[in-house]
Amino acid sequence: MAEILETTRVYGRVLRAQVRSQAQYRTSMLLEILGSMVVNGLDIATVFVLFSVTGALGGFNGTEVLLMTALAAAGFTVGDLVAGSSDRLREYVRSGLFDSLLVRPLSALVQLAVITFALRRVGRAAQGLVLYVVALCVADIPWTVGRVLFAVIVPISGAVFFASLFIGGATVAFWWIESGEVANAFTYGGRDFTSYPSTMYGGWFRDLFTLGLGFGFVAYFPGLVLLGKPDPLGLPTAVAWCSPLVAVIAACVAAVFWRIGVRHYRSTGS
Amino acid sequence: MARVQAALIAAGFRRHATYRQATFAGAFTNTVFGFLRCYILLSVAAAAGGAMAGYSGPQLVSYVWLGQGLLAVVNSWTMLDLAERVRTGDVVADLLRPVDPLWTYLWTDIGRAGFALLTRFVAPLVVGALAFDFYVPQSFLAYPLFILSTLLAIVVCFACRYLIGLTAFWLLDIRGVTMFWVFVSGAASGLYFPLAVLPDWLSTTLWVATPFPSLLQAPLDIAVERGGTGQALLVCLSQAVWGVLLFLACRWAQSRAVRKLVVQGG
Repeated sequence: MAEILETTRVYGRVLRAQVRSQAQYRTSMLLEILGSMVVNGLDIATVFVLFSVTGALGGFNGTEVLLMTALAAAGFTVGDLVAGSSDRLREYVRSGLFDSLLVRPLSALVQLAVITFALRRVGRAAQGLVLYVVALCVADIPWTVGRVLFAVIVPISGAVFFASLFIGGATVAFWWIESGEVANAFTYGGRDFTSYPSTMYGGWFRDLFTLGLGFGFVAYFPGLVLLGKPDPLGLPTAVAWCSPLVAVIAACVAAVFWRIGVRHYRSTGS
Repeated sequence: MARVQAALIAAGFRRHATYRQATFAGAFTNTVFGFLRCYILLSVAAAAGGAMAGYSGPQLVSYVWLGQGLLAVVNSWTMLDLAERVRTGDVVADLLRPVDPLWTYLWTDIGRAGFALLTRFVAPLVVGALAFDFYVPQSFLAYPLFILSTLLAIVVCFACRYLIGLTAFWLLDIRGVTMFWVFVSGAASGLYFPLAVLPDWLSTTLWVATPFPSLLQAPLDIAVERGGTGQALLVCLSQAVWGVLLFLACRWAQSRAVRKLVVQGG
C-alpha cells in the first residue's frame, strides 16, 4: 500500500512539473485554452445547424439530441484530457526516446500520459461536463435511482472508452510509424459519430460503428436509457444498459494492444 | 523561366509521392469521414422531404464525397514549411534564391496538389461511388468549370496559408493562428455542411466578405450544378478576385516582413 502511495506521489510530481512548465507562457496558455473551448463549442454548434433544418435529427427532438451530443462531448473531452496526447508515442518510437520511459521503475503508459499531459485540454473537458449537466437538467428524464447512478457512471465510461481508443490507436505506432491519420478516423471520427443519434446512419456502416466498434454505447444507448425510450433500431433495452461493460472491454483490448506493442518495441538502434 | 516552374512542380509532386503510408492513411480517414457526413446529410434531407436547402439526395452525395477528396487537394489543414523556416532562420536561404519564395512555394504546392489529385482525390471518390448514387451533371460545361474552380481553390488556399506562414515573422509561433484557421476554414468553406443551410445573412456575408467559400463550396456547387452556368462563371470570377487580392496581400506582407528581418552573424 505504501508503495502505491509513493508511486502516485512521483506521478503527481511529474504532472505538476508539466503543468508548471506549460503555464510559464501565460498568455499563450490562456489563448490556447480559450481557443480550444471555442472550437469545441462550434463543433457542437455544427450539430445544431443541421438540427435547425427540420427541428429534429434522426427522429429525436432538441433536448434529446442535446443529451446525446453532450454525452459524446463529455466522454470525448475527458478521455482526450487523460490520453489524447498519447499519439505523440510516434515521436518517442521514432527518436528512440521511448527507451527512457522503459528504464524507469514506473509504468511506461502512465509516464507517457503524464509527460504528454496538455493543460490546454482542461478547459474543454470542463465545458463538456457543464454541457452534460445542463443537458440532464433540460431533458425530459423519468428519474429513478438506477437512472441517477447510470447518469453519473456513463460519462466516465465514455471517457474510458475514448481514452482506450486513443491508447489503442497510438499503439499502432510500434509497427507503423506514419499511422497517425488512421487512428484519427476512429478517435475524431468516433467523436463525430457519437455526436449524432445512430438512427441517422445506415447500412453496414451503422452496424459496424454502433455495435461492432461500440460507439453506440458512448452516447446513443445511454441517451435512450436516460430518456426511457425503446431503441428505434430494435435492440433490447438490456443491451442499452451495457455501456460500462463495453468501456471495460475497450480498456482491456487497449491494454492487450499496449503490452504486445511494448514487447514488440526494439528501439531505433542508433 | 518555364523550366524553373516545371522543375518546382515536379519537385513538389515527387516529395509527396514518397509519403506512401501517409497517403494511404489520409485517404482512409477521408473515406471514413465521407461515410459519416454522407449519412448525416442524407438523413437530414430525408427528414426534410428529400432535399436539404435545395440540394437533392444525389447532389448531397456528390457534395460530400467530392468534398472529402478535394480536402486533401486544397489541403487547407496542413501549413506550409514557411513558418517553421522563419522560426529557425532557414528562410534566409529562400530569400537569397533568384526566385521569389512566394512563387517557389506556389509551384511546389501545385505539384503537391497534383499528386493529391491522383491519389487522395480519387480514392474516397471510388469508394463513395460504389456505396452511393452520385449526381451526374446535366451540362457538359460543368466539367471544365469544376476543373477551373478547383485550380482557383488550390491557389486561393495556398495564398491563405502563405499569409498565415508570414505571420511567423511577427509571432514566431503560429499555433494559435493555425488552430483558429483550421476550424474556421472547415466550417466556413462548406466542409461540414453546405453554407446554404446557414441563415441567409450569414452565408451571404461568408460568400461576399471572406475567401472561405472559395476553398470548397465553390467547386462543389459547380459540380452539383447549383444555379446555372452563369452562376458558375460568377463563382469562378469571385474565386479569381480573391486569389488576386490575397496574392497582393502576400506581396505586401512579405515586403514588410523582409524589412524587419535581421540576419545575425558574419
